[in-house]
Amino acid sequence: MSEQTASLTLDCRGMRCPLPVIELARRLSDVAVGDVVEVAADDPAAATDVPAWCRMRGHEYVGALPAADGMPAYRVRRLS
Amino acid sequence: MSTRGVSTHADAPADEPVDRRRTRHFDAASGEPLHPAAREVLLSAHDDGWADPARLYGSARRARMLLDNAREIVAAVLGCRPDEVSFTAGGTHAVHSAVLGAFAARERARSEIVVSAVEHSSVLHSAAALGPQGAVTRQVGVDGLGSVDADEFARAIHPASVLACLQTANHEVGTVQPVDEVAEHCERHGVALLTDAAQAVGRTELPTRWSLLTASAHKWGGPPGVGVLAVRRGARWRSPWPEDERENGRVPGVQNVPGVLAAAAALRARAEEAAELATRHAELTERIRARVPGLLSDVDVVGHPRHRLPHLVTFSCLYLDGEALVTELDRAGYAVSSGSSCTSSTLQPSHVLEAMGALTHGNVRVSLGPDVTIDEVDEFLAVVTDVVGRLRQEAAAP
Repeated sequence: MSEQTASLTLDCRGMRCPLPVIELARRLSDVAVGDVVEVAADDPAAATDVPAWCRMRGHEYVGALPAADGMPAYRVRRLS
Repeated sequence: MSTRGVSTHADAPADEPVDRRRTRHFDAASGEPLHPAAREVLLSAHDDGWADPARLYGSARRARMLLDNAREIVAAVLGCRPDEVSFTAGGTHAVHSAVLGAFAARERARSEIVVSAVEHSSVLHSAAALGPQGAVTRQVGVDGLGSVDADEFARAIHPASVLACLQTANHEVGTVQPVDEVAEHCERHGVALLTDAAQAVGRTELPTRWSLLTASAHKWGGPPGVGVLAVRRGARWRSPWPEDERENGRVPGVQNVPGVLAAAAALRARAEEAAELATRHAELTERIRARVPGLLSDVDVVGHPRHRLPHLVTFSCLYLDGEALVTELDRAGYAVSSGSSCTSSTLQPSHVLEAMGALTHGNVRVSLGPDVTIDEVDEFLAVVTDVVGRLRQEAAAP
């Protein structure tokens, strides 16, 4: 399912924790339930904190994909 | 030349805010103030135990006698023989000595160091430092509660292993690890087992089947600058340092006799009160564990709910920067620590929280000292609720 195209990509490069997660929480409701949001972030904490946020908030962490510039993009599916 | 900090009280700066003196020290896991039982000993030890214990004249013999006495006290608490106990310059130095020494004594065919992913950085860094000498570190992960699975850890140990490192209890989240459960497997394969007991000594039951144990005095109310390295007789270990006869040839340099005496006095007193303290602390940390999720939204209480240190509790708050939380709590009169590193130079989150898959930002570690009361804990809960709410508002958190 990780091939599903992201409906929204958040560019969080250069942001330090917890800003990428705050941005994700603010913008998730911009997409429909079942859609995927992609968070591109270079903050190393995002690798742990995006999945932890999904667990705490009841959304699905789909996985990480390298973005075009090699930076990781963390993919989240809105579940509710 | 300024003597600030080394001058007497009369010359000390008076610019600390008055309410500073009321700060609750909720960071015992980093270090405790000196135990009252150690204070007198520390002062008198500078009169009685200042001499070099290796010399042959009266004052030196006196220092040696006091040092031997301290060694007996520490050995009794650790459950080992006095001649297995050496004093080091601190807990980190003890860990470095343990890891480097186990590797120095290895058989040729052995090169692997097995560690849990949540060991203290001093363990991980000393294993990494041996890389150029051919050491390979094999990490064993933990579950979401920070627990190492004994069978999984045992499976990682095999005939090419030199040393297995499994902490008695975790320093960031308090989870107690199955040290004795993995010991048999280590023994069968002839692998030394190091347990870093820094957070557990004087707090909780200690494992018994280790070959190397390390500890740090200022975490039990002793002075800073005193660590313990215990090496079981027959353990495969030799000093990694240049040759020196001190401490049974294990730790070079003249001993900090006054510090060691005070550390032993603190430990003896702590051991006597440990059971009562553990019961009281476990109730208070349970109170925090139980109440935090009701008082704060979006909070992750981390660590094992039962197999844990009595005095330590950790939680992470979504959308917050741990350093900001620590700073605001300090301003409000509570000294706590945080595993978050949002503003640190490395930006690397806590390897412990990361290994657990726990939220790494907004992290607060509370570790209680002997004098804490239930009222202080309730006040803290009220303050933390207020501070978290305020900081989230400032961050315009969702």
